[in-house]
Amino acid sequence: MKSSSNRTRILATAAAAGVLGLAAPAAAQKEIVIGLQCDRTGATQTVGVVFCPGNHDYLALVNSTGGVEGRKIRAMEIDHEYKVPQGIESYERHKKEGAVSILLYGTPHTQALAAKMAEDKIPGTSPGFGTAASADGKRYPYLFPVAATYWSQAAASVKFVKDQFKGDLKGKKIAYLFYDNPAGKEPLAILEDLAKIEGFTLKTFAVPAPGVEMGPQVLDIADRFEADFVIAHLFGRSPSVSIKEFKRVGYKMSKVVSLVWGGAEADLEAAGGGALAEGYHTIQFAGVGTDYQVHRDIAEMYKKQGKQPPKEMNSTVYYNRGIFHMATHVEAIRNALKAKGANADITGEDVKNGFEQIKGVTLGGLMPPLELTASDHEGGGWVQIFTVKGGKLTKQSDWFRAYPELIKKHIEADAKKS
Amino acid sequence: MFHRESGYFKTTYGADMALYPLPIAQWSVAVLAVLFLLLPLVTTELFGARNAEYYVTNVNFILIAIVGALGLNILVGYTGQISIGHAAFMSVGAYTAANLAKFGLPFWVTLPAGGLMAAAIGVVVGIPSLRIKGLYLAIATLAAQLIIEWIINHVPAISGGSQASIEVPRPTVFGFTLSAQRELYYFLLFFAVASIVLTLNLVRSRIGRAFIAIRDQDIAAEIIGINIFRYKLTAFAISSFYAGVTGVLYTYYYGVANYENFQITTSIDYLAMIIIGGQGSVLGSIFGATFVSLLPTAIREFMQYFGTMQIFGMQLFTEAELNNVIPAMRLTVFGLLIIIFLVLEPEGLNRLWRNIRSYFRVWPFSY
Repeated sequence: MKSSSNRTRILATAAAAGVLGLAAPAAAQKEIVIGLQCDRTGATQTVGVVFCPGNHDYLALVNSTGGVEGRKIRAMEIDHEYKVPQGIESYERHKKEGAVSILLYGTPHTQALAAKMAEDKIPGTSPGFGTAASADGKRYPYLFPVAATYWSQAAASVKFVKDQFKGDLKGKKIAYLFYDNPAGKEPLAILEDLAKIEGFTLKTFAVPAPGVEMGPQVLDIADRFEADFVIAHLFGRSPSVSIKEFKRVGYKMSKVVSLVWGGAEADLEAAGGGALAEGYHTIQFAGVGTDYQVHRDIAEMYKKQGKQPPKEMNSTVYYNRGIFHMATHVEAIRNALKAKGANADITGEDVKNGFEQIKGVTLGGLMPPLELTASDHEGGGWVQIFTVKGGKLTKQSDWFRAYPELIKKHIEADAKKS
Repeated sequence: MFHRESGYFKTTYGADMALYPLPIAQWSVAVLAVLFLLLPLVTTELFGARNAEYYVTNVNFILIAIVGALGLNILVGYTGQISIGHAAFMSVGAYTAANLAKFGLPFWVTLPAGGLMAAAIGVVVGIPSLRIKGLYLAIATLAAQLIIEWIINHVPAISGGSQASIEVPRPTVFGFTLSAQRELYYFLLFFAVASIVLTLNLVRSRIGRAFIAIRDQDIAAEIIGINIFRYKLTAFAISSFYAGVTGVLYTYYYGVANYENFQITTSIDYLAMIIIGGQGSVLGSIFGATFVSLLPTAIREFMQYFGTMQIFGMQLFTEAELNNVIPAMRLTVFGLLIIIFLVLEPEGLNRLWRNIRSYFRVWPFSY
C-alpha cells in the first residue's frame, strides 16, 4: 500500500518534471507581438482592404514555416478609420500588448506618433506616406519610411521622363498634376529644383478635394500648355478620373507617369479597364504582379489549409506592398533576434537596431535593394516603373533611384528649419 | 448625484447663487475631484504602468473632447446658432500656438493666444449669423470650414514645416516635461475642469441668459432689450475660443499641428457629441464627449473578445474575417446607437441621466 503510493508519487514527480522540462523552453519561446494599424473603412479604405490582408498573409507564411529564428510573431490589427485620435489609441493599445514595432498607416497618424514613438522607443514604419523629411534617421530615430518618399518618387519620375527624351530635358514642358493637399504638394520642392537643374519648364495643376473633377486642368495641360510629359500625383478616386479625362481630350497615355498612389489595378478598372489606360506609367515601391516566389508560397499555404487563395491576391499592387511592409518588420525582428539570441526578450530598441541593419533582402525581386542605416531610414529611395501593356501592369524598368544628393540636401535643409 | 434636498432653506443671496447649494452635493463634487486627481495613480497601482498608460490615453481623449464639445454647445445648444465649422477654429488655434511655439514660447502663452486668435476669426465667421439662421447659417459656417482649411494649406507662412505640419515640443510645467500619458493627463485635466467651471458659470450669468433668450426667440429677445448683434458675436467668439483651446490641446498632445486632424469629419464628430449628450447642457457635453470617444474602442474590444466565440457549435467569425467585421461593425453600431438614442430620448444622455435621478430622488416612496 505504502510502496504503491510512493511509486505513484515518484511517477507524478517525474511526470511533473518532464512537463516542466518541456514547458521551460516553450515558455521562453514567447511569441513576439507587433502592432498593425489599418484603414478598412475610412478615407483610404480602397487601399486598406488589400494592403492589410497582404500584411497578414506574409506573416502567416513566415509563421507557418517555423517563424523567425523559431519564434512566432503575432500582428495585432486595429482599424483606425483614418482618424488620428483612434490611431493614437490603437498605438497605446499595441503598446499595452507589448508590441516591439508598429506598422503605421496614414500620414497624419505618422506625424502625430513620431515624438511618442521616440519617447517609448518603439519603431514604426510608414512606407509610401508620412513626410519625406522623416528619412532622416538622426532627427526621427524611431520612424522608418522604408520605401521611397514622395521626394524620391518625384526625383525618380523626372529621371524617367528624362530617359524618355534620350537624356535631354532642355526646353521641354512638364506638367505636374497633383491633389491639392499637403501630401500632393510635398514633391513640388524637388520638382522646382529639378526644373532649374535640367532646364525644363514646370507648370503645376492643382486638383481640389475630393478630386473627381479635373476636366479643366487636363484640358489645360493637353491643349493650352501642350505638355511634353505629365507627372501625376493623385489619391483615392482621382487617378482613375485623370485617366478618363486624358483619354477624353486625346492626350497620349504613354506621356503620363503617376506617383505611387495612382497606379493600382483598381484605378485602371475604375477608369474603364486596363485597355483604356494603355501606355500609362506608374511608379512602384514594391513589385507588381504574381510572378514572385513569395506569391506562389502564399497561394500554396492556402491550398494546404484547403482554402482558395483570397481574391485580394489579385490586386497585386497593394497586396505586394502589404507583403513588403510586413517583410521589413520580419527582417528587423530577425536581425534583433540574431543580435540578442533567439530566446531573448527583444525590445523596441533592439528592433530599431534590427531595422538599421536591413540589407540585401529582396524576396525574389518583390522588394527593392533596401539598405537602411542609422542615418538613412528610407533605404535608398528605390522605385520601379510599371507600364500598362495589353491592359496589364508590366515591368518597364529595374530598381533605380535618382538625384540622391538633391534629396539629401532637402532633408538637411528641412532639419535645420525646425 | 443621488441626493434629496429636503430641509434646506436658503437665507442669503450667496446660498441661493451657489453652484452646488447642498452640502452633500459639494461633498460628491469633492469626492469626484479627488478620484480624478488620483486616477493615474490608482490605475497604475491596480493594473501596472503599461496598462495604466493605455487606460489613461482613453481618458485623455475624453478630456480634450470635453473642452471642444462645451464650446460647440455654447454656440449650438445655448445660443441656437448652428455651426459646422467647429474643427476649423481648432485648426486656427493649433497653428497659432504652433507658430508661436517656434519662438520658444511656453504653452501658457501659446494656449491663450491660440484661443484668442480662434475667437477673433470666430467673430468674423459669426457675422452672417446676424442676418441668417438655421440651414443657411450651417452652410455659411461650412464655407468657413473650407476657407480656413484652404488658407492653412496654401499659405506657407501659416502652415510652415513639411506637409503643412509644425512640430511643437512637449509642454513643460515648472521645468518638468510632460510626455507620458499619465503626465499629460494632468495637463489636459486642468483645462477640461477649467472649461467646465467656466461654462457652468457662464450659462447662469447675464451673458448666458441672453444666449438662451436668443435661442428661444431672437425677436422677443431683442424686444426685451438684448443686444442681438453683440451677444450673437459673443457666442461665436466664446465658442471659437474653446475650439481654439481644443486645437492647442490636440497640438501639444500629438506634438504636431496638422490640419488633417481638423477636417469636416471632426466638426461632424463634435456635433454628434452634443446631439447625443444633450444640447444646452454642460453635463450633456461631458456625456457626449465620453460616449463618442469611447464607443469605437468599446465596440472593438467587445468584438475582439466575443467575435470568435462558438455559438451552437458554429464559430461566429474567424480571425481573418474579424479584421474586416470589426471596422464595419463599429460604423454600423455607432450609427444605429445614435438613431436609437435620438428616437428613445431626443434630448440626449443628459435627459436620460435626469430621468434616472428624479426616479431615485423619492425612491422607494414614489407617488
